[in-house]
Amino acid sequence: MYVAVKGGERAIDAAHDWLDRARRGPAAQAVLDTDQIRDQLAIGVARVMAEGSLYDPDLAALAIKQARGDLIEAIFLIRAYRTTLPRFGAALPVETEAMRVKRRVSATFKDAPGGQILGPTFDYTHRLLDFRLMADGELDRDDTDGTPPDPGAMPCVDAPAKPALPHILDFLNRDDLIEAAAPDEAVPGDLTREPMELPAERPLRLQALARGDEGFLLGLAYSTQRGYARNHAFVGELRIGTVAVEMDIPELGFAIEIGEVELTECETVNQFKGSRTEPAQFTRGYGLTFGQTERKAISMALVDRALRWAELGEDDQGAPAQDQEFVLSHCDNIQATGFLEHIKLPHYVDFQAELELVRRLRASVEDPAQEGAE
Amino acid sequence: MSSENAQEFRRAALGLLARAPAARLAELLDALPAHELLRAPEIGTVMLRGRAGGTGAAFNLGEMTVTRASIRLDSGAVGHGYVQGRDRTHALRAALIDAMGQDDPAGVEQRILAPLRAEEAARRAETARDAAKTRVEFFTLVRGEDE
Repeated sequence: MYVAVKGGERAIDAAHDWLDRARRGPAAQAVLDTDQIRDQLAIGVARVMAEGSLYDPDLAALAIKQARGDLIEAIFLIRAYRTTLPRFGAALPVETEAMRVKRRVSATFKDAPGGQILGPTFDYTHRLLDFRLMADGELDRDDTDGTPPDPGAMPCVDAPAKPALPHILDFLNRDDLIEAAAPDEAVPGDLTREPMELPAERPLRLQALARGDEGFLLGLAYSTQRGYARNHAFVGELRIGTVAVEMDIPELGFAIEIGEVELTECETVNQFKGSRTEPAQFTRGYGLTFGQTERKAISMALVDRALRWAELGEDDQGAPAQDQEFVLSHCDNIQATGFLEHIKLPHYVDFQAELELVRRLRASVEDPAQEGAE
Repeated sequence: MSSENAQEFRRAALGLLARAPAARLAELLDALPAHELLRAPEIGTVMLRGRAGGTGAAFNLGEMTVTRASIRLDSGAVGHGYVQGRDRTHALRAALIDAMGQDDPAGVEQRILAPLRAEEAARRAETARDAAKTRVEFFTLVRGEDE
């Protein structure tokens, strides 16, 4: 129960004024530019876009600046802003096979056609603090490493607009070694329009996971690796790159590209199923997220796979990652932080009632005779 | 141009205009031709979709910001612009160029689309080159067990 509390107005104004000054930092310092945040803190920006569920790097950078680097607060700002915008419609499903990759690795096939491309990865770094970045922030930039550009790698202007880099799992699919992912043109449910009802179908679950909290999903995914609903995931393929966004435009009468977005896609190859009548087949988990967010995409794929236990005929082990009510009801960090943080706001009347109760209980213990007399 | 070709020209041009940096469009089309606003530039969102497993059932991935505008030139040509982001002038210029391209496709191609296409190809080639440098070349050490 809440009660109207007056008298805090001046204090609140002063607190917000201090917040503004604290955000700005010492006046002698250069002010942080949102372009710098967008370009130099790009992984943080990607997380805010993914969990804010709105792809717009400039807005995400602004939100991070306004939130003083508190990414969940920034996600909150993005979610709130999104509700002010009209929705023009839905795009056609993105074709990740046509992704222009900057990173693409497989843990299952060393010699995958198209090769393994590491991209700008933290993998294989030594995780030692680089004090050069503190000294002047400048690295040696020698873009001309002496090798002339390989003409074969230069796409000519007339190159087809959609290069295809086949999904590595297609090679397993071709031999029926993995379950199919057959196209389905059904219009997916949208949890931002209709409250999610449980049990939820896989498309709705994937939407919830795609905007879910990275830390929460990471913990759940890790729990499946440690044995709570173990499903033996291999990263069949992880790719990061840009895909075209195509949409049917009613006033034109045909579809056009309206932009392109960077995505991370993770496909896992999991523990197989089979029986006396059905030959064994690997199963799949799937993760797709905005920006360069590979920890999130891998986590999403593992949790997606764990949630599929019923349709794959597996046992309910009672593991948290298998429990869709538990996962889907708690993975949204804005819902979670809203309910969690509200308990710091005034609850004076609730607390007065509890205090009164405890005093009476204590009094009855200290003086049982009085209790009996009442 | 046949109507089929004309549609393909518009489709390709609108895609190129949407992907181009707004500032670059402003350079290529500095002064705006006279026009009537049919739909003033409007900022909204579009829901993006993915497919489970890359090819399976569609699901809602999250939205992106989009700005759209529609105009009519004095010639009567109607243009529509749909571009990613929240830059109203970007959407307006895309709509204008869409309409201008219906009146004078060769001129628009030469003045605006060709440079945009070349610059996009160069940007993509640079990323592709950076990616190619990080391609792993595996080699296997001869262990001699097969001899």
